[in-house]
Amino acid sequence: MNDLVFTVLRLGFLILLWLLVLSIVGALRRDLAIGSKARVGAPTAREIRKDPSLAPPPEVPAKQQAKTLAILEGPLTGLEHQLTASPILLGRAQEATIVLEDDYASGRHARLFPQGTRWFIEDLGSTNGTFLGDAQLTRAQPVELGQKIRIGKTVMELRP
Amino acid sequence: MSELETAPVPRRNMELLLLVLALAVAMGAYYLVGINSDEGLSQEFISQGLILVGLALVFHVVLRIWAKYADPVILPVTVALNGIGLAMIHRIDLAKHDDTAFRQIMWTGVAMVVAMIVLWTIRDHRVLRRFTYIALAASVLLLLLPLIKGLGVEINGARIWVRFFGLSFQPGELAKITLATFFAGYLSSNRELILLAGRKVGPLQLPRSRDLGPMIVAWLVSIGVLVVQRDLGSSILFFGLFMVMIYVATARVSWIVIGTLMLVGGGTFAYLTMSHVTRRVDGWLNAFDPDIYHAIGGSRQIVEGLFGLANGGLMGTGLGNGSPYMVPLANSDMIVASLGEELGLIGISAIVLLYLILVSRGMRAALGSRDTFGKLLATGFSFTLALQCFVVIGGVTRLIPLTGLTTPFMAAGGSSLLSNWIIVALLLLISHNSRRPMLSGVSATAEVATKAPRRSPGLLESIKEHKR
Repeated sequence: MNDLVFTVLRLGFLILLWLLVLSIVGALRRDLAIGSKARVGAPTAREIRKDPSLAPPPEVPAKQQAKTLAILEGPLTGLEHQLTASPILLGRAQEATIVLEDDYASGRHARLFPQGTRWFIEDLGSTNGTFLGDAQLTRAQPVELGQKIRIGKTVMELRP
Repeated sequence: MSELETAPVPRRNMELLLLVLALAVAMGAYYLVGINSDEGLSQEFISQGLILVGLALVFHVVLRIWAKYADPVILPVTVALNGIGLAMIHRIDLAKHDDTAFRQIMWTGVAMVVAMIVLWTIRDHRVLRRFTYIALAASVLLLLLPLIKGLGVEINGARIWVRFFGLSFQPGELAKITLATFFAGYLSSNRELILLAGRKVGPLQLPRSRDLGPMIVAWLVSIGVLVVQRDLGSSILFFGLFMVMIYVATARVSWIVIGTLMLVGGGTFAYLTMSHVTRRVDGWLNAFDPDIYHAIGGSRQIVEGLFGLANGGLMGTGLGNGSPYMVPLANSDMIVASLGEELGLIGISAIVLLYLILVSRGMRAALGSRDTFGKLLATGFSFTLALQCFVVIGGVTRLIPLTGLTTPFMAAGGSSLLSNWIIVALLLLISHNSRRPMLSGVSATAEVATKAPRRSPGLLESIKEHKR
C-alpha cells in the first residue's frame, strides 16, 4: 500500500471519528434547544438584565389568615361562618358544626381543621366524596384562600 | 430532586442518521486494519462487519417499536465504541494469530439480543422496584458463585470467574446491575428517613448510626471482594456506586466525607496487608524502577503501555501500523493503550468524549425521569460506566494504580459486554419513559386522585336509603 494513500486514510479515519463526535454534539444541541424553556435553578441577576422575561414573578403579599368560611352555592348559599381555632365538622348530622341540608352529603361528611397557619380539609369516608378544586380528596389537603370546596351541591370557600 | 423535560418528539430518524455514521466509523476501522495487514482484506472484514451492521439496525427497529421516545444518542455511541473495540481486537488477533475477535462478535450478538429482550420484557423500569430485595439476594449469589469449588476458577490471581461447559464467565459483572437495582430500590423507599434523622455537627448533617448500616454493609462487601476474590477493580466499583447513589439520594456531603474516610481506611489496610494491592501501588508510584519493572506482576505492563502511547504521539501510527501487541493483555485490560498508540491523542480524545457523551445522556435520563427510583437507577448505571472508564483509563495512563476493570464495550470479554449492553438497554428504557408525552397533560398523581373510590349510581341510592 502506497504511503501517501495510507496517510490520507489514517487522517481520514480520525476526521471521520471526530465527525461522529461533533454530529452527536450537534444533535444534543438541538435536543437542548427544544427544552430551553425548562431551566434549572433560579436565573442570575445578569441573566435577568439580558432577558427581562426571566425575572421571577413579584413576591406574593404575606399570607392572610382565613377568617370566614363562605357558602357560595347550594341550600345554604350566603351563609358565612366565623372560623375559630377549633375544627369544623361538615355534614347532614345534627352534631355537625355546619349542618348541610344537602341530599348528597353524608351525615359526617368532612372535617375542616387548622394546623399551623393553614386550614386542612379531610374527607370522613363520605358516600359521594369531597372535592377540592376539581380533584376528589383522597387524604387531608391544605386549603388556600378562595379555593372551592364542593360537597354535594354545596360549594364553599375560605375568606380572609 | 430536580426535574427537566424535553419536548416529546420521538427522534428515531436522528438516531438512524447517527447510527449510519457510527457504523461507518466501525467499518472504516475494520477496513484500515485489513488493508494494513500482510494478508490484505480478509474474509472476516465482510462477515463480522455485516453481523455488526445487521445487529445495530435490528436494535434500531426494536427501539422504533418498543421505546419510541428513547434517547437518540445512546445507541449510536455504544455501537461506535463496540465497533472500534472489535476492530482493535481483530487487529491484535492478526498480529498474534488468534481468534478473539470472532468470540467478541459472538458475545456482541448475544449481548445485543439480551438487551433487546430486556427492552421487550421490561418496558417500564419501575417494574424492577418490586425486585429490590431479590436483587440483593441475586448480587450476593453472583458474588459468591466463583468461590464454589469446581465452578469457580482463578485466572491471573483473581478468583472472579466461573466456568461451565467450557465457557468462562464473570458473574461479578452482572452483580453491578443487580446491586444498582437494590440500592435504587432501597434508597428510593428510605430516602426521607435517612434525610430527616440525624445530628448536625458544624456544617455537616451526620446520619443516624442505624442509617449507616447499609453503607457499612456495602463497605464490608467491597472489602470482602478485595480479600476473598483479590479483585481490586470491582471492589472500588461497588463501593463507589453505593457512595454516589446515597449522595444523589440525600444530597448530603456528609456521606461523601464518611465514604472517603472509609475508602482511605480500607485502602491503607489493603495496601499494608495484601500483597497484590501492594504490588499494584508500587507499580504505579515507581513504575520506571528497573527492579519493579522486571518483577513478576510488576510494572512492565503499564510501562509498555506508556511506551505505546508515546509511540502514537498526537496523530497515532494508524490502525494496523503500530505495535500494540507487545503489551501484555493488549486486547482487554490495555486496549486503551493500544488505541492510543494507533489513533494518537486526537483519536483517543474522541473515544473518551464518546464515553463522556454516553454518561451524560444517562445522567440526562436520570434528570428527566419522573420517579425517584428511575432517577437513582439511571444515575447508578451511568456512574458505573463512568467509574469503569475512569479506573481503566486512569490506570493505563498512570493517574491511579492499574486495577482489573474492563473498558466498557471495547475490551475483549463476554461478561462485561453482556452486562454493559443490559445497562444500555435499561438506560434507553428510562429515557424512553422520561421523554414520553404524559397522557393528556394530567400528571400521574392527579390521575390517581380522580380514580379514587367512586361507587356506581345504583349502589349509591341504596346506601343513602340505608343511612337514613
